[in-house]
Amino acid sequence: MINNTLYICRRELAGYFATPLAYVFIVIFLVLAGVLTFFVGDFFERGQADLQSFFTFHPWLYLVLIPTVSMRLWAEERKSGTIELFLTLPIRQSEAVLGKFLAAWIFVGIALALTFPFWLTVLFLGNPDNGVILASYIGSWLMAGAILAIGAALSAATKNQIIAFVVTAALVFVLTAAGTQTVLGLFQGWAPESLTHAVANASLFGHFTAITRGVLDLRDLFYFVSIMAAFLAATAVLVDLTKAE
Amino acid sequence: MEMLEIRNLYKNFGPLVAVDDVSFTVSRGEVLGFLGPNGAGKSTTMKMITGFLAPTAGTAVICGADIRERPLAAKRQFGYLPEGAPAYPDMTVADFLRFVAHIRGFRGKDAQARIDGIVSLVHLDEVYQQRIETLSKGFRRRVGVAQALIHDPPVVILDEPTDGLDPNQKYEMRSILASMQAEKAIIISTHLLEEVEAVCSRAIIIARGRILADATPSELAARSRFHNAVRLDIDPANENRIRSDLAALPDIAVIETLDEGRGLLIIARDNKPIAGDIADLAEGREWHIGGFTVERGRLDDVFRAITTPHGPEPAAA
Repeated sequence: MINNTLYICRRELAGYFATPLAYVFIVIFLVLAGVLTFFVGDFFERGQADLQSFFTFHPWLYLVLIPTVSMRLWAEERKSGTIELFLTLPIRQSEAVLGKFLAAWIFVGIALALTFPFWLTVLFLGNPDNGVILASYIGSWLMAGAILAIGAALSAATKNQIIAFVVTAALVFVLTAAGTQTVLGLFQGWAPESLTHAVANASLFGHFTAITRGVLDLRDLFYFVSIMAAFLAATAVLVDLTKAE
Repeated sequence: MEMLEIRNLYKNFGPLVAVDDVSFTVSRGEVLGFLGPNGAGKSTTMKMITGFLAPTAGTAVICGADIRERPLAAKRQFGYLPEGAPAYPDMTVADFLRFVAHIRGFRGKDAQARIDGIVSLVHLDEVYQQRIETLSKGFRRRVGVAQALIHDPPVVILDEPTDGLDPNQKYEMRSILASMQAEKAIIISTHLLEEVEAVCSRAIIIARGRILADATPSELAARSRFHNAVRLDIDPANENRIRSDLAALPDIAVIETLDEGRGLLIIARDNKPIAGDIADLAEGREWHIGGFTVERGRLDDVFRAITTPHGPEPAAA
C-alpha cells in the first residue's frame, strides 16, 4: 500500500516540476511573502527579532496561492482522460487520493522551506526564539495541508478548474475570517459565549495564531488533522461520483 | 476457467439504458471484436469490465477474479487501453512506462527489462525520451498499448485501438495483436468492419445496449444478402444475352448491372449457391466473361441490417 502511494506521489510531484508551474508558484510565493512581511507587516518598525510579521500573513497567502495547486489535482485528470487509466490500474482508491494529496502537500512544504532566508534574517539581526519559529513553520505547514485537502475535494467535485479555485478560496476565506476579531465581534454582542467560542474554534486563523505563539497544542494539531481527514474522505467519495463525467 | 466472463451487465444513467443485460465469455486464443455503432454501449461495457464504472447490475470475472468483489486482483489480470489512449502529457514515454511498471509491481532491473521489452515490441525506441504531449496520435496510441501490455496480462481490453491511425499504423497495431493472440484473451472494440475481418476470430454486434449477434466474421458475413452472389466481368454488348440465359436459373433473386454494363452482380435467392450453375452456363453459352468472383458476403450489409432500428429482434447468442 505504501509503495503505490509513494509511486503516485512521486509521479505527481515530478509533474509539477516538469512545467514552469512549480517555479512560478515558488517565486510568487516567496516574493509575496517578502513584500507582505517587510513592507506591510511592519517588520522593521516593530523592531523585534521574531517572524510574527511573516507568519501572520500565511493564512491570506495560502488563501490565494494554494487553490492554484489544488485546483488541478483531480480536475486535470478528468479533463485529460487520464483518470480512466489511473483508476483501472491495480491501486486502491485511498492510495490514489493520498498519493496525490501528499505530492501537493510536499510541494507546498518545499515552497515554505525555501523561505528560510527570512529565518536567517532574524538570526542575523537579533536573538529569536527558534523554538517558536519552528513551531510556527510546522503549524503553517499543517494549515497548508488542511487548505489543500479542502482544495482537493473541490477539485474532485468539478471539472472546471476556475470554479474549483474560486470556491476553495471562498471556503478558506470563510474559515479564516471566522477567527478574526472583525467577525467574532459580530457575534459577541448578542450570541451566547459558547457560540462565539465555537466559531472561533472552527477557524483556521484561530488555531494558527495559537501555534505561532509557539505552543503546539494538541487541540490545534487535532483540528488541522481532522480537517485533512474529513476533506480527504470527501475527496475519495467525490472522485468516485464524478469520475465518469 | 474462461479468461473473461461477462455476466448480465446492466447499466443505466437515469432513464437511459446504456448496457442492457450483456453476457459473453472470451477464451484464451480468441480475439473478440466488439462491434457496434457509436453510442451502442461498447465503451460503457468496457468501463464496467475494467472497474472504472460501477455496473447497475451484473459483473465481470477476469481469470476468476470478480471485478466488484476483488477489484485489485481483477485489475492485475488485464491490460486496458481506454478510448483515446489517455496518458500524462508532461511525462516522457520512459517515465510513464516506469510509473506503470512500478504500479504493476516490478522493481529495479526487472522493471527496466520489462520496459525495454515492450518498447521494442511496440517500436517506441525513437520516442522513448520524448514527452507524451509532443507525440503524434499513432505514437500515443502505441504508448497506450505499451502500458496495457507491459505486465504481460492474460486478458487485454482495447477500446478502439486503431481509431484515427493511418493505414500503416493500423497494420502495425494489428500485427502486434496477432503476435500475442495465442496466449491471451483479447477484446477490442471497433466500428471498423475491415478490422473485424482482419483481426478478430469472433465478433459480437452490439447496438442500443444489447447483443444482437455473436459469431465468427465469416458466419456473420454469410448472413449478408450478398453471400454467394456472383460477380461477372462482361462485354456490355453481351449483357442482354447473358441476362436471358440467366433467366433459366431458378435461384436467382436479382441481377444488378455494374460499371455501365461492364459487370453484372447476380444475387442468389436465400443465399443459395449459384456459382456452379452460372459457371456451367457461362462456358456452355460462351459468354466470354473476363472475371468471375463469388462473394463471401459483406459485413457492412449485415451490420446495417442488424443494427438499424427496424432490424430483427436480439438473437440468442
